This record gives sequence, structure tokens and C-alpha cells, in this order.
Amino acid sequence: MLAPNGFVKTIFLVASKDLRIEWRNREITATMGFFSVLMVLIFAFAFVNPAGDGLKSEVTAGVLWVGLLFSGTIALARTFDRERDLEAIRALLLSPAPRAAIYLGKLLGVVFLMLLVQLAVTLLSGLFFSASIGQHAVWLALFLGLGTLGYAAVGTVVSGALIRSKSRDALIAALLFPLVTPLVMAGVRGTSMLLNPETPDMESIVFWTEFLVVVDAVFLILGLWAFEPVISGE
Amino acid sequence: MSLASAELQLDLVGKTFGRHRALVGVSAVFSPGKISAILGPNGAGKSTLLGILATLVRPSTGTIRWGNELLGPTAPGRAAIGYVGHEPGLYGDLGAFDNLKLFGGLYGKAVDPKVILEKVGLSHVDPLAPVRTYSRGMQQRLALARALLHEPAILLFDEPSAALDPAGASWLSEQLVLQRQAGRIVIVVTHDLDAVAPLTDHLTILRRGRLAHHAPITTTLTGVDLRRIYTETTGACT
Repeated sequence: MLAPNGFVKTIFLVASKDLRIEWRNREITATMGFFSVLMVLIFAFAFVNPAGDGLKSEVTAGVLWVGLLFSGTIALARTFDRERDLEAIRALLLSPAPRAAIYLGKLLGVVFLMLLVQLAVTLLSGLFFSASIGQHAVWLALFLGLGTLGYAAVGTVVSGALIRSKSRDALIAALLFPLVTPLVMAGVRGTSMLLNPETPDMESIVFWTEFLVVVDAVFLILGLWAFEPVISGE
Repeated sequence: MSLASAELQLDLVGKTFGRHRALVGVSAVFSPGKISAILGPNGAGKSTLLGILATLVRPSTGTIRWGNELLGPTAPGRAAIGYVGHEPGLYGDLGAFDNLKLFGGLYGKAVDPKVILEKVGLSHVDPLAPVRTYSRGMQQRLALARALLHEPAILLFDEPSAALDPAGASWLSEQLVLQRQAGRIVIVVTHDLDAVAPLTDHLTILRRGRLAHHAPITTTLTGVDLRRIYTETTGACT
């Protein structure tokens, strides 16, 4: 049988393997966390007014999404480095595990790490920028969750495609950022409206949320379709 | 599928990468209970052929059959393939136990890592220490353990003795013989003619992507014999 242990079990095997490795050396979370904290601090020094004037919601939204994009890139690059070391990817691909399950497992691992760092960035942003994060926690979690899922869905394919490329770190950003432009635009616009200290425009927020759901669905379907040929180097 | 009876058969297999023809019309048969050596100069297509046999590379032309079953990236029969490369194919940040449990899970096998480590002479190692801290020889032993987890009928080796010390290479030769005795199809791609010569039952030599020699060996070869056949067939020095 091609998937003797079941599709879902394979997803969790691959994801839990990535998270176990991360638990052992904490390399990705440390790098992502350090970068994200530094980024929030720099933006805080640049934008926070000592007079105590409130920041525009666009700035906080921008900080959250810049954090998502750049820390996500770090996670995507490193998680595939581990596959390349000692040619583990070859043994993984040789197993009868369906490639789609391997893709979803890698995706799940990256999403978990990105969400962990997003949580820290969001709390820090709330603290430094006095953003109304607590008031709209569920909506904000939805926006960032959908953004993370969509970004990681494309990023896992791009990072997998570049697994044997020497200049992968540079190429990931160059290839990935243009692809996720619609996702970022929708996310930043929606988050910005959500964090507006005056009454948020709920109609637009719902629209951007639905837009993100559609983009995520398209990215996931494309990812499932494209992962096998790109990871096989065909 | 009977492990003892099914042959691995290539029929006019070819592979092109862009305009480069890496393999051209290769037809060959590999039998169970035999060690088949695949030799050839650099760029002859050995690794491409092994990648195709492992179903990791899709052939541009031709078919591969194991018994009556067509082998390919989605064929159920690929679960019958074990592979040991010059890199061990393991997660360096995980220990031996975690690696074996992971790959056992992917093949749907409940494994007892302790027993498996004993089989490959690694019962003395710390099974929780990251695999990257193991010596090269220990990594190759663990790679073989990983490849044998699911009792494969077809066992492929790509330069398995590269960077192994003499003791490690000798251990590997013993393992190849054991796998032949177990009735597996054992295929070894190597440049180490001296090591593979006395073990070889069937010799395949590739030259510029084409099959230059594919025949059984009827007597025990020495490294000198094999070097002579190789030089005569390829025109290359060893």
C-alpha cells in the first residue's frame, strides 16, 4: 500500500518530527523570536511618540505583517535545511508516504512555529503601540492565522523547490514575496481597519477576511498540486 | 508478491535532462538473491539509473517492472525498496531511536529500535544523542538499519562505502552478503572495484548513458579481474 499508515498519520509524523527537532535545538524559534523582538523595538523607537499620541492603526498592522513575512521566511528556509542535511529528504521521499501528506506535514510544522512567534509579536506590539489588540483578539487571530496559513502554503512549495539551491535564502524571498502580494495586501488592509481606534468598518473587515480565505484555499490547492513535481526535481 | 521470485526488469529506460541524455535505452534484469554491481565512469548515468530504480527519478522513456508490477513514484511496489546512499538519509538533529521510529511509522511498521540497533551493531551507542554526532561508520550502520526496517525485497546502495574506514567497509561487505542470502535483489553502484569484485554475481557497466555490459559473473572475481573488464568495456582507467 502506498499509504499504509494513513494519510493523516503521515501528516502528524512529519509535523511532529519537525517540532521535535525544533524542541531539541530551538534554533528556528530563537532566530525568529530574536528577529521579531528586534523589529518591534526598532519600530517602537521610530514611531512611538514620547508625548503619548496614539499611533495610526496602519503602523501596528504593518509591524504585525512585516513580522509575519520575515520571520516566516526564516522558518521556511531552516525547516528545509534540515531535510537537506545528511540527505534526509531522499529517505523521506523514498518512503511510501504520499507527497501531499509530506507537504501538509511540513506546512503544519511551519505554521505552528510562525503562530508561536506571531503571538509574541502581537503581544509586544500591543504593549509598545497601545493598539486595541485585546478588543478584537478573535478577529486579529483570524487575520494573522489566515495570513500565516497562506504564506506558509506557498512558502513550503517554494522552499521545497529550492532545497538543492545554494542561493536559497536569497531566492526564497525573491520568489515568494511577489506571489503573496494579494495575501499581504488583504491582510494589512483588514488588520489596519480592525485596529482602527474609532469604530471599525466591519463590512470591509468581513470582505478582507473572505478574500483571505479564498486566497488561502487557492494557495493550498496549488501547493498540494505543485509540491510533488517540485520536491522531486522534475 | 513473493520476495524470492520476482525479478526487477528495466525495459528501454531512458532519461533526458533538458537536452542532455543521461540514460539511453537501458534494458536490464536484476535477480533476487544476487548482488549486482553497477559500474561506470563519472557521468555514465549510474546515479540516474539508481534514482530511477528507487522511483525517485521518473524515466523519460521505458518501464521498470518488479515481477508483474510497474514501478513508479506512485506505485504500491515502491514500499518494497530500501535505499542506502553515500549520505545516510537520516535526521541529524534526532537520535537513532527517533529516526527509526519515524521511518518505521512512515512505512506503517511498529519497530523496536533497540532490537534493530543490535542487529547493525549499534547497541552500545546513546540512542538519544543526535545522529550528527555519530561517526561516519555509525551513521552508515544506522542508514542500513533504516533501509531494512520494512524488510524490502529490493535493496539499493549508492557508493555505500565512500568515506568508510577499512573496518566499516568490511562490515558493509558482510552485510551485502547477508542481504543476498536473505533473497533480496541487491544492487550496488560503486567505484570501489576491489571491495565489490568478490561479492558480485552480476555485472552491469554503463558508458555515456548506455548499457555497455550486462552479464552474470560465473567465477569469483578479484579486483584485478574486475578492473580489466571495466577498462576493456569503458576504455577508461580506474
